[in-house]
Amino acid sequence: MTDSRQLYQEMILEHNKKPRNWGLLADATHKAEGVNPLCGDHIHLSLRLAGDTVEAVGFEGEACAICKASASMMTAIVKGKTRADAEQMVQEFRDMTTGKLDPAGPHHLGRLTVFAGVRDLPTRVKCAILPWHTLHAAFAGTDTASTE
Amino acid sequence: MSARSQRATSLEAVLDTARLRRDFPILDLKVNGKPLIFMDNAASSQMPRQVMERWVKYRSEQHANIHRAVHYLSETATAEYEAARRKVQVFLNAPEDREIVFTSGTTDGINLVAHGYGRRFFGPGDEIILTTLEHHSNIVPWQMVAAEKGATLRVVPVNDRGELLVDEYRKLFNAHTKFVAMTHVSNALGTIAPVKEMIAIAHEHGVPVLVDGAQAVPHLKVDVRELDCDFYVFSGHKLCGPTGIGALYGKAALLEKMQPFKGGGDMILSVTFEKTTYAPIPAKFEAGTPPIGEAITLGAAIDYLSAIGLERIAAYETDLLDYATDQLHRMPGVRLIGTAEKKAAVLSFALDGVHPHDVGSLLNDDGVAIRTGHHCAQPVMQRFKVPATSRASFAFYNTMAEVDALVASLGRVQKLFA
Repeated sequence: MTDSRQLYQEMILEHNKKPRNWGLLADATHKAEGVNPLCGDHIHLSLRLAGDTVEAVGFEGEACAICKASASMMTAIVKGKTRADAEQMVQEFRDMTTGKLDPAGPHHLGRLTVFAGVRDLPTRVKCAILPWHTLHAAFAGTDTASTE
Repeated sequence: MSARSQRATSLEAVLDTARLRRDFPILDLKVNGKPLIFMDNAASSQMPRQVMERWVKYRSEQHANIHRAVHYLSETATAEYEAARRKVQVFLNAPEDREIVFTSGTTDGINLVAHGYGRRFFGPGDEIILTTLEHHSNIVPWQMVAAEKGATLRVVPVNDRGELLVDEYRKLFNAHTKFVAMTHVSNALGTIAPVKEMIAIAHEHGVPVLVDGAQAVPHLKVDVRELDCDFYVFSGHKLCGPTGIGALYGKAALLEKMQPFKGGGDMILSVTFEKTTYAPIPAKFEAGTPPIGEAITLGAAIDYLSAIGLERIAAYETDLLDYATDQLHRMPGVRLIGTAEKKAAVLSFALDGVHPHDVGSLLNDDGVAIRTGHHCAQPVMQRFKVPATSRASFAFYNTMAEVDALVASLGRVQKLFA
């Protein structure tokens, strides 16, 4: 079993303490709510798309450090990306955290590989993935995403 | 001698924990290279070797289906199953063994009463009183029956310490009140509810009361005659017994008036395609082949705990809880949730700036098992305005040294998040 302390690295702790893009957008074009009913993680995500590009993104919620840091880093990385690029990252992030993508191999996740360790902590995978499910739901126009 | 060691000495005088711990093979486990410190007993407690051996004996020497064949094994299994029923009867001090119905657990017992009693006797406009402290299992079954029958739920509030407001409870009664369902001990906060007083109030209005004893039976001596409750339900697995078994106590007169919850074999006297005549209680409520070995093993768990003595267990755990409460009070940034004057061995808390889920994961690194989340009691979380809490829940095999390890581990979490 992996020691979860390996997961709680400086970058995750820092994003948890000072989340980027905190706060919802008043002029959002897309939004969704993400819930992890088992542990109580609950986030709201809002996006403003200009054409096909994520122009602005904001989130809020009550969540554990893994979920909050994942959301913070996600919002930072998808800003300015096209919807297709962002959706590809959703897929890659899911694959990485479920052990289907090698973080050392080619991908577009950048520093998000800091979350690769959750694949060995089955109870925490959902925390890390929740913001990405929520992003996907916001693009798709579904109001809610659940890990269950 | 330090206050801590004086206290430990007096605790050991109450209970020889070191000896009792040797009965539990799982307590020798290492988790992440550290000795397991199991503090999730309110979710499910561990099983001593003596209880496991009862299962092995049943499977090795006594198993057959019960209440049916005339051969040796069936008669033996039937006798042992019925002996287990009498053990539950004595454990709860129930007047008669036919007032004990084996169920699959607390949830099953509550559903049995909600359907067997509620669906027969509730109607439009009727009211069912629950409390803020209820586990979802003592909310949802009543909600389902209420929706079907056009009845409504009324809820007893709690104060900031997590204690039920008995005066507010008294005001909820009116001519429409048909039932009270309440917990004996809160799984999320540890509050021991004043059930005896609240049952007496309900009875002044002629209203029957179901008590959810899931969290009470492992920690207190329960006497259904003294409480005068109409129904009492509990689970075996929180009592050092197996999962999949529990019991319902119900006053015979009420059980007899109720409709069966499940139909099938073993609950009938005679069946034709025109009409079925139900068996007398408790068989009426035990359709199908029951979990025979589980019931017998539950009987062994009751024997094990009774030999130690529930009063001694309660005294020991109260001291342990006081010690743990003191230690957590001393930690800056720790807020206890649920500070009732009368509490069972449950410590729910919030760590400033750290989500409970992170607390749980990081404590696990140190081998400490606690529960984090909403504890299937979302109304309690809403009342205290927290999404979730961390919960350490003790059994008689937990020690002061383990409480010290919990506190040290929490200190390390705080340091990481500082």
